[in-house]
Amino acid sequence: MSDVMAPMAGARSEGLISIEALPPQGQISLRCEVSDDYRAKLGELLGLGIPEPLSAVEEGDRALLWMAHDELLLLLPYDAVPEMLARLNTTFEGWFIAITDVSDARAQFRLSGPHLRDVLSKVTPADISPDAFTPGMVRRSRLAQVAAGYWLRSASEAQVFVFRSVADYAFQVLSLAAGPGGEVHHHTREAISEQDASSHV
Amino acid sequence: MSTRLATGGRFTDRGKQIGFTFNGRRFTGFEGDTLASALLAGDQLLVGRSFKYHRPRGIVASGAEEPNALVGLGQGARFEPDQRATTTELFDGLVAESQNHWPSLAFDVGEINAKLARFLPAGFYYKTFLWPRSFWKYVYEPVIRQSAGLGKAPHPEVRDADRYEHFHAHTDVLIVGGGVAGLQAARNAAHAGVQVLLMEQAAHWGGRAPVDGGTIEELAPEAWVAQTVAELEAMDNVRLRLRCMGAGVYDHGYALGYERVTDHRPGAQGPRHRLWRIRAKQIVSATGAIERPLSFAGNDVPGVMLASAVRDYVVNYGVAPGDRTVVVTNNDDAYRTAILLKQSGLDVPAILDARPMGGGALMQEARDLGIRVEPARGISKVLGGARVTGVAICDQAGGGSMLEEIACDAVAMSGGWSPVVHLWSHCGGKLTWDADGAFFRPDPSRAPTGADGKPFVIAAGSANGHLGLQEALACADGAGKAAIEAMGCGFEESPVPKAESTAEAPLLPVWLMPQGARADLRMKAFLDYQNDVKVSDVQLAAREGYESVEHAKRYTTLGMATDQGKLSNINGLAILSDALGAPIPQTGTTTSRPPYTPISFGAIAGEARDAVFQPLRRTPMQDWHEANNAAWEIVGQWRRPYCYPRPGESRHAAVNREISATRESLGLLDASTLGKILVKGPDAGRFLDMMYTNMMSTLPVGKCRYGLMCNENGFLMDDGVVVRLSEDSWLCHTTSGGADHVHAHMEDWLQCEWWDWKVYTANLTEQYAQIAVVGPNARKLLEKLGGMDVSKEAMPFMTWADGRLADTPVRVYRISFSGELSYEIAVPANRGRAFWGKLLEAGAEWNITPYGTEALHVMRAEKGFIMIGDESDGTVIPQDLGLHWAISKKKEDFLGKRAQQRPDMARDGRWQLVGLETLDGSVLPDGAYAIAAGKNANGQRNTQGRVTSTYFSPTLNKGIAMGLVEHGPDRMGEVLSFTAETQDETRDELTTVEAKIVSPVFFDPKGEKQDV
Repeated sequence: MSDVMAPMAGARSEGLISIEALPPQGQISLRCEVSDDYRAKLGELLGLGIPEPLSAVEEGDRALLWMAHDELLLLLPYDAVPEMLARLNTTFEGWFIAITDVSDARAQFRLSGPHLRDVLSKVTPADISPDAFTPGMVRRSRLAQVAAGYWLRSASEAQVFVFRSVADYAFQVLSLAAGPGGEVHHHTREAISEQDASSHV
Repeated sequence: MSTRLATGGRFTDRGKQIGFTFNGRRFTGFEGDTLASALLAGDQLLVGRSFKYHRPRGIVASGAEEPNALVGLGQGARFEPDQRATTTELFDGLVAESQNHWPSLAFDVGEINAKLARFLPAGFYYKTFLWPRSFWKYVYEPVIRQSAGLGKAPHPEVRDADRYEHFHAHTDVLIVGGGVAGLQAARNAAHAGVQVLLMEQAAHWGGRAPVDGGTIEELAPEAWVAQTVAELEAMDNVRLRLRCMGAGVYDHGYALGYERVTDHRPGAQGPRHRLWRIRAKQIVSATGAIERPLSFAGNDVPGVMLASAVRDYVVNYGVAPGDRTVVVTNNDDAYRTAILLKQSGLDVPAILDARPMGGGALMQEARDLGIRVEPARGISKVLGGARVTGVAICDQAGGGSMLEEIACDAVAMSGGWSPVVHLWSHCGGKLTWDADGAFFRPDPSRAPTGADGKPFVIAAGSANGHLGLQEALACADGAGKAAIEAMGCGFEESPVPKAESTAEAPLLPVWLMPQGARADLRMKAFLDYQNDVKVSDVQLAAREGYESVEHAKRYTTLGMATDQGKLSNINGLAILSDALGAPIPQTGTTTSRPPYTPISFGAIAGEARDAVFQPLRRTPMQDWHEANNAAWEIVGQWRRPYCYPRPGESRHAAVNREISATRESLGLLDASTLGKILVKGPDAGRFLDMMYTNMMSTLPVGKCRYGLMCNENGFLMDDGVVVRLSEDSWLCHTTSGGADHVHAHMEDWLQCEWWDWKVYTANLTEQYAQIAVVGPNARKLLEKLGGMDVSKEAMPFMTWADGRLADTPVRVYRISFSGELSYEIAVPANRGRAFWGKLLEAGAEWNITPYGTEALHVMRAEKGFIMIGDESDGTVIPQDLGLHWAISKKKEDFLGKRAQQRPDMARDGRWQLVGLETLDGSVLPDGAYAIAAGKNANGQRNTQGRVTSTYFSPTLNKGIAMGLVEHGPDRMGEVLSFTAETQDETRDELTTVEAKIVSPVFFDPKGEKQDV
C-alpha cells in the first residue's frame, strides 16, 4: 500500500462510457484578480497562458483552468506541488492572492466514450450540447446532488472533479447513468437510426 | 357487443398476437394495441367501479383524458395502481386488474351507495357525518375508507424493480405535441436553423389528423405526417421524442417532459421513465383538443363513449365499440363517426343532433348513406346497467319526456371540443372565452412571460382553438415563425401548407340534455366520472351559495380526481354559471397545474434511491472504520463512527471502554470531518473580528484560540479553534456539520456587505485528514514516530507547528476537546489512511484505542465543554452558556453584538448553563424539563430549566448532565425535579427524577491533565 492514496484510485466502470478514477493529481487553487499584472506574473512563472472564462489552457502535464472570475486551478504532477507552491509564494510575496494546495481535496475522474454528452446530461443541469460545451471548456456545476467541475478534453473525453468525500457517490451515480440500456441519443444523433425500432410513424 | 373488425387498425400488427390477463381472465390482442383497445376487442366494456357510488364504468376515451379505465398494472415489484388503459401499450404477459371493486367487478357490494345517492350530495364530507360526533371515528370513517379511493398502494415492503433517471436538455424551441400542428411548427422553427426539441406523448406521430381525414398538400394526413417526420429526422438541429409527454411549464422557460422509455417492454434494459428537465427559449404548446361529453342521464353507462374515441378505435386499432351505435351531438364533427361506422359495415340506428337545424355537409353525407338523422333531439336517458341496451330519445328543448326507445349497444357522444390549454396555463397564461366554439382558448395578450417580461409560450393549432385542419395548420405555421421571431432570428417566408377538409356548420352549446331535464335525470347526468359529480351536485352547490368556481370545485370535488377534470371542467362550470345566472366568462375557470397527467414518483426521484439516495461523505479513513465494525452516527452527510464495538460487546460497553482507555493511556479519533476554512488577505484579521465574538486579529502567529461565531441575531451559530497561520492568514476550524454553512456565511458577508475588503476564503475541509491523538501517552507516541519536537516547551498548549512525523508532512495543533494531553494532526488527505495505520501500529504498546463520537461527547461533557446543537439550539446566546470570557469587550462591533444588547437577551433570569447530577447517580433523560410550581395560562406545568446533554460517565462512574436553568449559576447545590423518561399515563402526577445543580466541569477542573 502506497502512503499516497487518491480517493477511489483505480476504480473503473464500463458502460455507455468508461469511467476511471485517476491517480493523485497535483492541484493548486489560485484566488486573485485576473488583471494584467497578475496575468503577466503568472504567465511568466507557469509558462502558460491565462485561460479565458469557462476554458482551460494546457501544456504537457500542466493545465490552468478558469474556475471563476477571481479563481484559477493549476493542475500539475502531484509530486511537483511543494516546489511550485514555494515558487508561487515567493513570486507573489506581498500580493493579495490566496495560493492553496487542494491536491488532496478533490477526486478526479476520466470519462470517455461516444455517449459522453448524453451521460453528462443525466447528472448536470449545465448545457452540455456540442454548441455550448466545446473541447477545452470548463464548467462548474452539479453532479446529481454534489458540486462538480467538468473539463471537456475532447469530443468524447472529459475530466470531472468532485470533493474527495463524495468520490464514491459520484462514481456510483456516473456508473448508474452509464448503465446498460440508458442510451438517449440526444447529443449523439448518428445513433438515432438504431433507436427503438418499434416506434411507428 | 364491442369487437375486433375483420380489417383495419393503423397501429396494430395482426401478425403478432399478444396474450394478457384482466382480472385473471385471459385475453389476446395485437402488437400496437393499447390495453383499452384490446379489452374492447374482447368485449370487456366494464373496466372499473366509480369512486363514490361504485357504479359500473367503461372506457370513455382513447387517450390521456380517460377518467374511468384506470387499472392496477403489473405484479409484485412492478405493480402500479391507477394506470390508464388507454395510454398503456399492450405487451406480452401484461397483467391488469380493475380497481375499486369489492368483492368482484361484476358484483359490487358498494353499489348500494348508488341507491343512497341522495344521501351523498355535494359536500357530503362536510355535512352528513357531523352527528353524533363519536360516529365519525368509529362508524363513518372506517366505512368510507373501506369503499373510497381508487387504486391500492403497492405493498409497503415491495421495492420498485425499475431504474429511473433525469435528463437535462437545453433547446431554443421546445414543441409539445407531435400532431400536424406540432410538426408544422417544428418544421418552420427547424428551417430557421435553431435547435428544436419536439415531443409527443403517444407512440405515434400525427395526432388526430390521420383519423379525422381531409388532405394536406394534397396528401392524406398520414402520408403528410410521414413525409414531415422524415424531413425533420434528416435535420441535425431537430430532436424528436415519442412517448414523451410535456408534463409542465414553469418559470423562465423551464419545462418537464415525462418519457416512458420501457413501459411498453417491461424488464427491458434501461430506465423505465426519464424525466426531461428542459430549458427552452420558446415553448410551443401544440397539445391539441379534447372532446367533451354531453350531460344526459346515464352518460356513464359502459358503452357510452366520446364520438372521437369511437373513431379512434375503429381506425387505429380495427376495433368497433358496438354493433349498433347511436350518435348524439351538438356539432358536425361527430357525424364523421357515424359515417365511418356505416362505411365499416356497422349499424348506426340514429344520429341525434341537438341543434334545431341540424348540421351541414357532413349531415348530408350521413343522410346520403341512409343514416337516420334527428335534429332537435337528444337523449332522455340511457337504458342498461352494466352495458348500454338502448336510449330513450326526447326533444332537446323539453324536460325529458320519452319520444321513442332505440335499441343500441353503444352511444357515441360529442359536446364539442376544448383546447388543451394546460401547458399555456401552468405558468400564468390566461384564457378567454370563445363563444363560437364554446370553449376557453389561450388569450395571446396575456401569455406566460419570462424574466424579460415577454411571452415564452405560444399556443398552436387546436390547442389555440383552431379546430379546422387548415386553420390549425395556419396557426401552427405562424407559431413556429413567431417562436423564431421572439428569439430575434429571421426566417424565410414560406407558404402555409394547404389543407382541405369538409366545411362544418356551427355548433350549439349544449350543457344539459335535454335542456330542462327533470331532477331524476339530472341526478344521473354525470359531469365528473372519476369523482362521481353530477349536474345536480353542482346545482346544489350553487344554491348553497358557492359562487366562486374555485370554491364550487373543492366543495363538489369536480375536476379534483387524477384526470383533473379534462372532460368535466367546462361542462361543470357551464352548469354552475347557468345556476348562478352569470355568463361563463364571468364565472371563470379553474387553473391547470402541472403535471398534465400524473407522473411516476420514480421519475421525480431519478437516480436518487438506495445507495445514492443522498451523498454519503467519506473520510480518508472510512474504509478502516467499516472494516472495524464501527457503529455510525449521522453528522450532516457524513457518517462518523459512534463507537467500535468488539464482538459480543454492547455499544454502551464499547463507549465506556474507549473513554477509559483514552483517559488512562491513549486514544485516537478521526476528526477529518471538522471544517477547515482558510481566511487570507490584508483585511482577514478585521474580517474575523467581525465573524467571531472574540478578538482574532491579535492572535499571535503560531497560536490557537477557541472562538464563537454568532449570527446577526446574536444567537450562537458555530464554534471551533482558530489558528493564526501567518501575518495575513488564519485557519478557522468549524463543527463537522457547520463547515459548508460557515463558509457560505463568510462568503455572504464578503460578497454582499464587505465586498471592498481584501479577503479570500477557501474551504480546505477535505484537503486534510485530521487525527486527534489523545491521552497521557500521546506525546510518547509522537516522539516514537519521530521527526519533530512535540515537547511541552517546544509546543505548549494552544500552539501549532508544521513538521514531519513518521516521514509524513504534518501540521500539529496542541488543542484538547477531552481535557487530556492531546494533539490534533493534519496530514494531506491522500496520506490520511497510511498515517492512521502508522499511529495504530506504533501505539500498540500503549493499547491505542480508536474512539468514536460518543466517547468524544462524554469526555467533553465531563470537562463542561459545550457542543453546538446540544447546548445551543438557535435560541441560545453565548452569555447563556457562561462564555462571557469569549466575548470581546474591546471590539467596537461583531456579528451579533447589537442583538445581544436587546432587552430580552440582556435580561436577568435567562436560563443559564449548569451541571446536573442526579441524587441516585442515574442518567437524566435527554431534553427533560425541570418543573416549577404552578401552571401557565395554557394550563401547562411551569418549567425552570431543561437538560441539554446527559451521559453516563465511566470516569466518574455516575450520570452527569448539563442543562440550562433559570438563574442556574446562582443556585449551586439546589435540587430540582426533572420529568422522567417514562410517565404513568393513568396518574396525573409527573414521575420525576431529582438532580442537584453543580458546576458543569465534572473532571479535572483546573485543567492540569491537558497542560503537561
